[in-house]
Amino acid sequence: MMKRLMIGNEAIAMGLYHGGLGLVSSYPGTPSTEITEFLAKFDDLHSEWAPNEKVALETAFGASLAGLRAACAMKHVGLNVAADPLFTMSYTGVNGGLVICVADDPAMHSSQNEQDSRHYAIAAKLPMLEPADSAEAYVFAREALALSERFDTPVLLRSCTRMAHSQCLVETGERGEVPLKAYEKQPRKYIMSPANAIARHPLVEQRTQALRAYAEDCPFNRVEDAGSEIGIITCGTSYLYVKEVFGDSVSILKIGMPNPLPEGLIRSFAAKVKRLFIIEELDPVIETQVRAMGIPCTGKELFPILGEFSQAAIRRAFGMEELPAPAAPEVPVRPPMMCAGCPHRGMFYALAKHKITVLGDIGCYTLGSAPPLNALDSTLCMGASVSGLHGFNAARPEYAKKAVAVIGDSTFMHSGITGLTNVAYNATNSTVIILDNSITGMTGHQQNPATGFNIRGEPASKVDLEALCHAIGIRRVRVVDPYDLKACEAAVLEELAAEEPSVIISRRPCVLLKDVKRGLPLRVDPDKCRGCRRCMGLGCPAVSMKNGKARVDATLCVGCGVCRQLCAFDAIGGEEA
Amino acid sequence: MTTSMMIVGVGGQGSLLASRLLGTLLTDEGYDVKVSEVHGMSQRGGSVVTYVRFGDRVYSPIVTRGECDCIISFEKIEAARYAACLKPGGRVIVNTQQIDPMPVITGAAEYPEDVLDGLRAQGVQVDAFDALSLALEAGSPRCVNIVLMGRFAAGFGVEKERWLAALEKVIRPRLLPINRIAFEKGWEART
Repeated sequence: MMKRLMIGNEAIAMGLYHGGLGLVSSYPGTPSTEITEFLAKFDDLHSEWAPNEKVALETAFGASLAGLRAACAMKHVGLNVAADPLFTMSYTGVNGGLVICVADDPAMHSSQNEQDSRHYAIAAKLPMLEPADSAEAYVFAREALALSERFDTPVLLRSCTRMAHSQCLVETGERGEVPLKAYEKQPRKYIMSPANAIARHPLVEQRTQALRAYAEDCPFNRVEDAGSEIGIITCGTSYLYVKEVFGDSVSILKIGMPNPLPEGLIRSFAAKVKRLFIIEELDPVIETQVRAMGIPCTGKELFPILGEFSQAAIRRAFGMEELPAPAAPEVPVRPPMMCAGCPHRGMFYALAKHKITVLGDIGCYTLGSAPPLNALDSTLCMGASVSGLHGFNAARPEYAKKAVAVIGDSTFMHSGITGLTNVAYNATNSTVIILDNSITGMTGHQQNPATGFNIRGEPASKVDLEALCHAIGIRRVRVVDPYDLKACEAAVLEELAAEEPSVIISRRPCVLLKDVKRGLPLRVDPDKCRGCRRCMGLGCPAVSMKNGKARVDATLCVGCGVCRQLCAFDAIGGEEA
Repeated sequence: MTTSMMIVGVGGQGSLLASRLLGTLLTDEGYDVKVSEVHGMSQRGGSVVTYVRFGDRVYSPIVTRGECDCIISFEKIEAARYAACLKPGGRVIVNTQQIDPMPVITGAAEYPEDVLDGLRAQGVQVDAFDALSLALEAGSPRCVNIVLMGRFAAGFGVEKERWLAALEKVIRPRLLPINRIAFEKGWEART
């Protein structure tokens, strides 16, 4: 036994590891990424970054079928990508235990929507566990693998940003040795043709009944009895905020298994209290079911459906007085932005300069939408830039001359290839720009199939993006260095003018990568600077104006030289200047 | 009794490491500890906030309005941004370094130079000093985080040796010497 501080994601990884995990396959996504990164540190299991969540889940399915305990981790929107295998794996069940870790992002710290993954558990008829903090996460993850085998079902383990990235003290045990289970061919269990699936569906319903019975006295749900005045049913991190506000002064039914719910336990808890509150982040998932049981309760009329909860939000909902505090002075907002020396900036500048319509995608380059570049027209989901541009150009063929898609290397591998295939196959004159910074950037530098390295940093097969685009049927493929503004503009204008689809690969590694050599900071010659603010159009955090002259912050500048190319007065120079 | 702290700054300034140092020290001292970190999009040069709470039994990992005992701020206006989280008469340890946010860079807003006076006027105890210069003296601008932690540590009531032991646990051996110097400079800077 040892006890130390861990973020929720490390605790989940440790729980899975000690639960006998043999394989993890994932695609990075905040706030789930570190689960797989922690697991990759262990030599006695197979870990990998898959090209996308669907591939990851199918890989885990295969390992489970072979008799190994397997898992994957993804963010909430990743589960949308993996939903196809998910729903039918509910029918096949498992051989080796299988756990799908899904991390929601209330308040959208790093996401494009605020969906509540508990709906998936209900829709796919799968058990779901939800820990409140790292200590629970360790235990729940470890037990989830055994639960999966016991009920012959994949198990969803839900977390949220605040759980995933908060540390608390965790007591851990040892890795259990779980031998590979026997594999035997079972066509009626694993071939989901209609006849077999029809036979499996009743078993799924029976399993749900068995899980309902199990939920009544499982270790994941518990009652904290503190009198009959107020009873609160709560789930996940909301429990922590409730305890912060009320301590031990109210009765609590803490749900650790949000699907299926323990109806008997809920009924007996509700019967014992005068007023019943349901406090759950995001959607009224528990509340709706409690109301369907005919039990009066108070929920979303008091507690917001939007955003993240806190002790302050709970106090506010109960009408308690706000704590006194100093007034915060007005300060300018500080939104996230592309780093100094970011290789995406040069290409975005070229696009913005020529007022190109840009369908964007998911990654650091979404930050190109911010002022002063304002370079994007849309951002939807992984891969939607390429397929969206195809549809846009089909609807407005004249835009083939003034619209592009931008997509990162990792996102292209995830979901861009199929969209580009559609561009070639169904022939729109589309121009797709792959922003190849040779890493999965926004989630914190994970390898992908186009980088040439695997999750452990070992050399791996590397997708040849040029050859891939050619093979799909795109004849015009060219590579450009985004630090070269003239080359970026020329490439964009020429490929837009071309009478066939084309791909521009804007290639330069992320400047934050360890192996990338940074240049010396540039300096502004105040005698030459006329204060024209042209360099300010780049939105580089290292460049600002002081007393009417441009200034370069030497602690931030990496000497990429893009601002220097813009200066009409030769005022920006290197160290030698 | 729970003590609440916030470590705030600009993405990339190393608030994660600072919070891990504090979390490790507090665990070694026998407290129940919760630390809430920021990862992902907001790290990219945005305003970042890390919460650290400790006591006999801590539930919530976050700090909200009127709860914070002490803010450690890596940048001048970031101290002000979260001031409404402070308890009345709460404390701020702030690096006087200015990092222009995008609205200032683009000219859409002015950098409020006198923002700390506004805090003092409301009874906030402001301990402002130039941590960047001390970090540069130590050998790297990236040590600003540890300089600030040294300054905080000097008034915390735990022996320096115990802080240095915690530092050793959270920093890679190669970077330890320079960070030890940075910590000492922060510690000695406290008046």
